[in-house]
Amino acid sequence: MAEIMRMALGTALGLVMLAAASLAAHAKDALPMSADPALEARVMAVAEELRCLVCQNETIAASQADLAVDLRKQIRIKLQQGQSEVQILDFMVARYGEFVRYRPALNAGTVLLWVGPFALLAVAGAVLMMNIRQRRWLGAAPPPLNEAERQRLNALLGEADTAGASRP
Amino acid sequence: MKRYLIPLLVFLVLVGFLAVGLNLKPREIPSPLVGKPAPAFSLPTLAAPDQSLSTQDLRGKVWVLNVWASWCVACREEHALMVEMAKLKVVPIYGLNYKDKRDDALAWLNQFGNPYATSLSDTEGLVGIDYGVYGVPETFVIDKAGVIRHKIIGPVTPATVRDVLLPLVAKLNS
Repeated sequence: MAEIMRMALGTALGLVMLAAASLAAHAKDALPMSADPALEARVMAVAEELRCLVCQNETIAASQADLAVDLRKQIRIKLQQGQSEVQILDFMVARYGEFVRYRPALNAGTVLLWVGPFALLAVAGAVLMMNIRQRRWLGAAPPPLNEAERQRLNALLGEADTAGASRP
Repeated sequence: MKRYLIPLLVFLVLVGFLAVGLNLKPREIPSPLVGKPAPAFSLPTLAAPDQSLSTQDLRGKVWVLNVWASWCVACREEHALMVEMAKLKVVPIYGLNYKDKRDDALAWLNQFGNPYATSLSDTEGLVGIDYGVYGVPETFVIDKAGVIRHKIIGPVTPATVRDVLLPLVAKLNS
C-alpha cells in the first residue's frame, strides 16, 4: 500500500515538474501570449507550418526574429477573427510565396523534391542488384575447358608429375 | 577504362550540382507579388502624421517603393544611391518607414539626406507583411496600373540601378 502511495506521489511530482518546465519554456518563446491556452495552441500549430524567412531553417513557432513575432501576432489576430488555419496559410503563401510553407505542398514545382530521394534510392538499389547478380554469376562454377585448354592443363600437370617423380 | 569512367562521370555531375548550388542566392526568394496588383494601403506620412497617402493617390504614375528603417544597417549602405537616383528625377521614390520610431527616422533622414517624395510610417509593420517584406531594405517598382513589376531584396547596387531599375522605369513610362 505504502509502495503504491509512494509511486503515485512520485508520478504526481514528476508531472508537476514537467508542467512547470514546459510553462517556463513557453513563456520564453511566445510573448505576448493570449490568456486562452486553446487559442495559443492553435496559433502555435499554424506557426509550426510556416517558415521564418529571416532565419530560413526555423519555423515561425521556433524563431525569435522580429518578423516571426509579428507573424505569430497576425496568426493570433486572424484566428480570433474566426479565420480558418487554411485561410491563414493561404494568406502567408500569397505574400511570401510557396517557400513559406515548412512542409511544401505537392505540386508540379515540388514533385522532384518529394519524389527525388525515392527515385535516387530506387536507382541505387537497381545498380546494387545488378552488381550482386554479376558477382554471383562470376562466383558460380567456371565454364568447362575446351580441348586446347585441357591439353595445356594436362601438359602442365604432366610436367609437375614428372618433376615430382624424378625427385629421389 | 570503364572502371574509372563511371566514378569520374558521377564526380563531374556532383561538381556541377555543387557549382550551381554555390551560385544560388538562398536569401533571395522570388516574390509571388511580382506581376500582381500592389497591396492597397493608406498610411500616415512621416513628415506630417495627420496626413495620409494611399496607393490610390499614386495611380497613373510609375513609382518606386523603398522599404527602409533607421535601425537597418544595410539601408545606410544603399541610401546614397537612393539620393543619387532621386536627383535624376526620372521616378518618384516613396519610402516605407518600416517598424521605426518617428524621431529616429526623421533624424536619420536629416543626417543622410531625404530622397523620398514622401515617406510613410508603417509603425506596426502590417503593410510590410502585406508586401511580403522580410529583409529590409527592399525595393519595389510599381507601374501606372498599380501592378508590382519588380522587387529587389536587400540593398540596391549601382549595377542594379543602372541595368535593372532605370531601364525598367523607362520601359514602363514609354
